[in-house]
Amino acid sequence: MDLVLDFPRVKAIVETYTEKVDSIIDSYADKKEQLISLLQDVQAEFNYLPQDVLIRISQKLDIPVSQVFSVATFFRAFSLKPRGRHLLTVCLGTACHVRGGQRLVDKIERDYRIKPGETTEDMKFTLETVNCLGCCALGPVVVVDGKYESQMNAEKLDRVIRGCK
Amino acid sequence: MVEQARKLLEKRLGSAAELENLRQSILSKRDPNRTCISVCGGTGCRASGAEAVVDALIDEIERRELQINVELKETGCHGFCERGPVVVIRPKRIFYQRVKPEDIPEIISETVLNGKIIERLLYEDPVTKEKITYEPDVPFYKKQTRTIFGANGEIDPTNIEDYIAIGGYSALSKVLFKMSPDKVVKEVKNSGLRGRGGGGFPTGRKWETCRDAEGDAKYVICNADEGDPGSYQDRSLLEGNPHSVLEGMIIGAYAIGSHKGYIYVRNEYPLAVRHARIAIEQAMDYGLLGEDILGSGLDFTVTINKGGGAFVCGESSALMASLEGKIGEPKAKYVHMSEKGLWDNPSLLNNVKTWANVPLIINKGAKWYSRIGTAGSKGTMIFSLVGKINNTGLVEVPMGITLREMIYDIGGGIPNGKKFKAVQTGGPSGGCLPEKYLDTPVDFDELTRLGSMMGSGGMIVMDEDTCMVDIARYFIEFLKGESCGKCVPCREGLNRMSEVLNRITRGKGEREDLKLLEDIAGVLKDGALCALGQTAANPVLSTLHYFEDEYIAHIDKKKCPAGVCRELIQYSIDPEKCEGCLRCSRECPTGSISGEKRQPHTINQGLCIKCGACYDICKFGAVIKR
Repeated sequence: MDLVLDFPRVKAIVETYTEKVDSIIDSYADKKEQLISLLQDVQAEFNYLPQDVLIRISQKLDIPVSQVFSVATFFRAFSLKPRGRHLLTVCLGTACHVRGGQRLVDKIERDYRIKPGETTEDMKFTLETVNCLGCCALGPVVVVDGKYESQMNAEKLDRVIRGCK
Repeated sequence: MVEQARKLLEKRLGSAAELENLRQSILSKRDPNRTCISVCGGTGCRASGAEAVVDALIDEIERRELQINVELKETGCHGFCERGPVVVIRPKRIFYQRVKPEDIPEIISETVLNGKIIERLLYEDPVTKEKITYEPDVPFYKKQTRTIFGANGEIDPTNIEDYIAIGGYSALSKVLFKMSPDKVVKEVKNSGLRGRGGGGFPTGRKWETCRDAEGDAKYVICNADEGDPGSYQDRSLLEGNPHSVLEGMIIGAYAIGSHKGYIYVRNEYPLAVRHARIAIEQAMDYGLLGEDILGSGLDFTVTINKGGGAFVCGESSALMASLEGKIGEPKAKYVHMSEKGLWDNPSLLNNVKTWANVPLIINKGAKWYSRIGTAGSKGTMIFSLVGKINNTGLVEVPMGITLREMIYDIGGGIPNGKKFKAVQTGGPSGGCLPEKYLDTPVDFDELTRLGSMMGSGGMIVMDEDTCMVDIARYFIEFLKGESCGKCVPCREGLNRMSEVLNRITRGKGEREDLKLLEDIAGVLKDGALCALGQTAANPVLSTLHYFEDEYIAHIDKKKCPAGVCRELIQYSIDPEKCEGCLRCSRECPTGSISGEKRQPHTINQGLCIKCGACYDICKFGAVIKR
């Protein structure tokens, strides 16, 4: 059964992306065991893992959909929901924790009404947390769109976030 | 294309002699007295702005046309992350810290061209206030024994010739042509090396088991899924000296008879991934990886697999499941992974640091190696010294050094005159040790005896402002989120412990809760499937054991002595100290601070959500937390 065609919305997306998606999937044709890397490549392309792409992977590589979904939902690096234009990642490693990392999460939760893993309604910001980035000397660390911001506090965080267009 | 292929063939080393010839030719072209400016390019210094410093150096060197006289090198992590970006000028090893791009013209004109030292960029000893000019004299480095980590500051990790110049791949050449695989295993065994990733299992025994095990194929795996929060030494090693790890892996492959290797590295470490990838490509080009390595007949390739951000994948069977493209759930290990691991074949899994120790053992000999360290723990260990400590960074010390030497002599003590409370070792599987154990020699067995563990070498220092109940809660929350959910004791036990600890930190705990925590901890220890679950209760047990009074204060007095647990503290403003600057009232998210300009402010306790924003922002120390 062609699962993809069961959903009109999904079908539309697939048609837009088929070529790109297929070229990524095809590069793993004989490397089924590298499912995690494949999903990472897909996420790098789309910023998240669209459901229909997961189904496409299952069909093309002959991996059960259940296995693709179990891997996609097991690892915290993967998001099944679209993420915002700006990604705010707060480090909650032990060193950042003792220096107040959680308070920064609380602040973003309060100011933007999103919890870790959630995206603002206008799709501008996604908040995520990470268990340690290994920049413990600079904690608390917040990564904004891949740029490491060190020794953060409420004031600095405001300034950095305001800089996001 | 033809030209490229020809160049590749030229680079390919076909014998031990060709490797030596290459080394001599690299060295003959290098002048040890030439000025070399090395800038730390580790993730830490990059986050502090090292890339802009490198750009400024490139510009300035070009502008003054100094390319011939001055070499610029972007190296791996030097370890002293607190003082980044770090710049070292060789051959004298002048040590400049917290360098900014604006400082570069002066560094070139004064130090490089005129030999003058720029005082303000020197490190100042926080105790003696003495300015220190040369890298080896900095107290942070002085007490270290940097056998594994030392090359990080000398070599460009993206240039294999730098590694070859300092003797790289000579251990590989030695084993391939002068040692039988059995002899290699024996040497590693005799060295007394124990696994640097957590458990401390004797490495040689693991190698022997894997060598003797039967299978269609054998695999060599490097565990770079450094999940312990507060540890980043594996990342720094893979970033700063990837060839040392590769060399160890190839030696391992020769010893056990493997042709395929994997590096399983955290996705959160993009620079380590990039450098490992470049190292593999270069080693392939030079005939140090691939077919017929150095003409010895050994075939071995290495692939990099990026993890998906799951702490449990640092566990050997979960890591291998993840390499197979499955979710990272551990298996019951009735049979060791070294006998039946990846795709049910014998698999030799070692930590990054363990692999990096191997070339050293081969080159200098097991006897030399086993002289470093204590009776049961040989060699050096790289620790990450983080948290409430002056000199945050990575330190490599011989096993057996005391916690006090590490925290005070190397780490420079606790910042802001605060009092030491505890040091947390071993990540989420470890525990918190109080002041009375500061003179304990640090090795695998001592730390385990005290209820903690060595783990991957994370050392998080905590001061009087850290609440130990909150720390226990933090680790249990961490583990609850990371538990793979396969076995009941871990999945349910951590959830229940989290409930109890959250209750206590909210002032709703009872004395019976302490007994309950111990009971659940016992079930986890006895019943969990993998080592991560079995040790998950350590943060709770160790804090309960050494800091019971803090638990009791939360339960009986409904107070958090360290002033951390939000429900148990109150913020107020000291009218004597308040200058009435309005900053806190502007910052307060709930508008609970009122007061006129230049008049002392007050906090409306009914509105206050205890976010601490006022406490952080006040420049006069007028906000009181208790």
